Amino acid sequence: MVASSELSAPKRSRPIRAIIVLFGGMLALLLAIGLSISFGAADIQLATVWTAVFSFNPDVTAHQIIREIRLPRVLGAAMVGACFAVAGALMQGMTRNPLADSGLLGINAGAAFMLAICFALWPSLPYLYVILFSFLGAGLGAGIVYGVGSMSRGGLTPMRLVLAGAAVSALLGALSEGVALYFRIGQDLAFWYAGGVSGTKWIHLQVMSPWLLAAMIGAVILSRSITLLSLGEEVSIGLGQRTKTIKVVGMVIVLILAGAAVSVVGAVGFVGLVVPHLTRFLVGHDYRWIIPCSIVLGSLLVVLADLGARMINPPYETPIGALIALIGVPFFLYLARKGGKEI
Amino acid sequence: MTAFNVDRVAVGYSNSLIIDELSVSIPKGEITTIIGPNGCGKSTLLKTISRILRAKNGSVILDGHDIHRLGTKEVAKKMAILPQTAEAPGGLTVFELVSYGRFPHQKGFVSLKKEDYTYIHWALDVTGLMAFKDRPIEALSGGQRQRVWIAMALAQDTEILILDEPTTYLDMAHQLDILLLLQKLNREEGRTIVMVLHDLNHASRFSDYLIAMKEGALITEGKPEKVMTCSNLQRVFQIDANLMTCPFSANPICLSYQLCQ
Repeated sequence: MVASSELSAPKRSRPIRAIIVLFGGMLALLLAIGLSISFGAADIQLATVWTAVFSFNPDVTAHQIIREIRLPRVLGAAMVGACFAVAGALMQGMTRNPLADSGLLGINAGAAFMLAICFALWPSLPYLYVILFSFLGAGLGAGIVYGVGSMSRGGLTPMRLVLAGAAVSALLGALSEGVALYFRIGQDLAFWYAGGVSGTKWIHLQVMSPWLLAAMIGAVILSRSITLLSLGEEVSIGLGQRTKTIKVVGMVIVLILAGAAVSVVGAVGFVGLVVPHLTRFLVGHDYRWIIPCSIVLGSLLVVLADLGARMINPPYETPIGALIALIGVPFFLYLARKGGKEI
Repeated sequence: MTAFNVDRVAVGYSNSLIIDELSVSIPKGEITTIIGPNGCGKSTLLKTISRILRAKNGSVILDGHDIHRLGTKEVAKKMAILPQTAEAPGGLTVFELVSYGRFPHQKGFVSLKKEDYTYIHWALDVTGLMAFKDRPIEALSGGQRQRVWIAMALAQDTEILILDEPTTYLDMAHQLDILLLLQKLNREEGRTIVMVLHDLNHASRFSDYLIAMKEGALITEGKPEKVMTCSNLQRVFQIDANLMTCPFSANPICLSYQLCQ
């Protein structure tokens, strides 16, 4: 039935396509990062961006703006995008659930909830420790959603998990708001919760980087096993995989990635849903390609969303969470209607 | 010679036991089929043998060792599994899926070697899928899809093949196709085949050894002419069967049947 030239020779062409996506994506990402740095309240030329990065002069105001405000912001956006995208890809592969995404399955809301508590009780806690609370919250959210989902008879269907995720997210969101109101930290939390990278500082990037590096390396090492796990648990066991170990390690990586991302931008959803599907469409089903390509495309999406967030209604910033949801929600509805034979 | 020794296993999900104290030996180099009514535990037994489920008590012995003490990748070099509900993710091509069968023989991140290609091509060849190797699996018919999964198990190059209802959802010709392929693999290459089948006549015609189960217990086992008798079918399936001899295999087959009064 389907025998177009594109489909008839993927054996050789897929790695090539993946390499094109990977390097094309990197190029686009660099360009987007450059644009994002140059665009803002103070107009800065792309050439200045270049000199600010490669021959920094502390006496030039533009260089200072780039160094202290715009560079951490755009790097933060890129890192966060990579985190959410890889977390989503891992979850979709491990659970064979096409709707898996850290935002839809309560992980982001859990992390955000713990962060709200953290801000309320220990407002001056250094970010080094704040991120640990975020990991803890991510685990809490995932635990409750899986717990609620598996209590129902008939087990964990994709839709049931998403419903449990929505319910738990709503509950945790309400609790976070309650905490914010009670401790009068609503102002601090509101924009952060809606999702924004404007507050990203170098310290965030410094603290996040080692976690991210470890998690990303872990994800790449795990990628082949994820491909096999996506064929189904029994097939995977039959091929000699230690499925339980892989799932546990994979879940820990997801929690680190989502927790780290939420601690910087708040509970932004849908990146982890959209990017892996797009990547799979472009490079095929092998997670050894999906994971690296998701890193690049996830970064690209959030950097662009952040750029768009500043361009829509200047000088005000639209929350990037809202912008990404604008793409994410229709995509979610499309996948949900398709019934999810995608994975 | 036995391929598996199942020694007094008890298997169940959470708190309800499906199989209690079942022992059976599965012969090497033969086709063994497990039969029994719905919910009798035949799939559970198959999953226990193939280490997908872990027995609460008792053990499954493969080549003299407890199967859970052997490295799972080592087991995967000896035994391939085709689960009942295998469903390929979208977008995967026939060749890609079949190539995953080589996983137990690969080390680390390396891609396919020459030897791997040899097995993959052989598996595609004997299952008649060579012409479809670059097609996405979802574009194939049900019978072809089933053959893709079998090809993946064959690419694994194991002495033992375990299949849970490999002919379900297939039309008569395709069912026969699959069973003749399995018979050929057994007769020509001496592979041990263990499977669950719903069709009694197929089970009798293609098997060297039958295991009949009911309510989690072994009722009888042996050659088809010993197991396919009126009294056994009464006990196992609650049917009064009208038996005759299959002109192709000389084993008993069931012409028609009625529910027991």
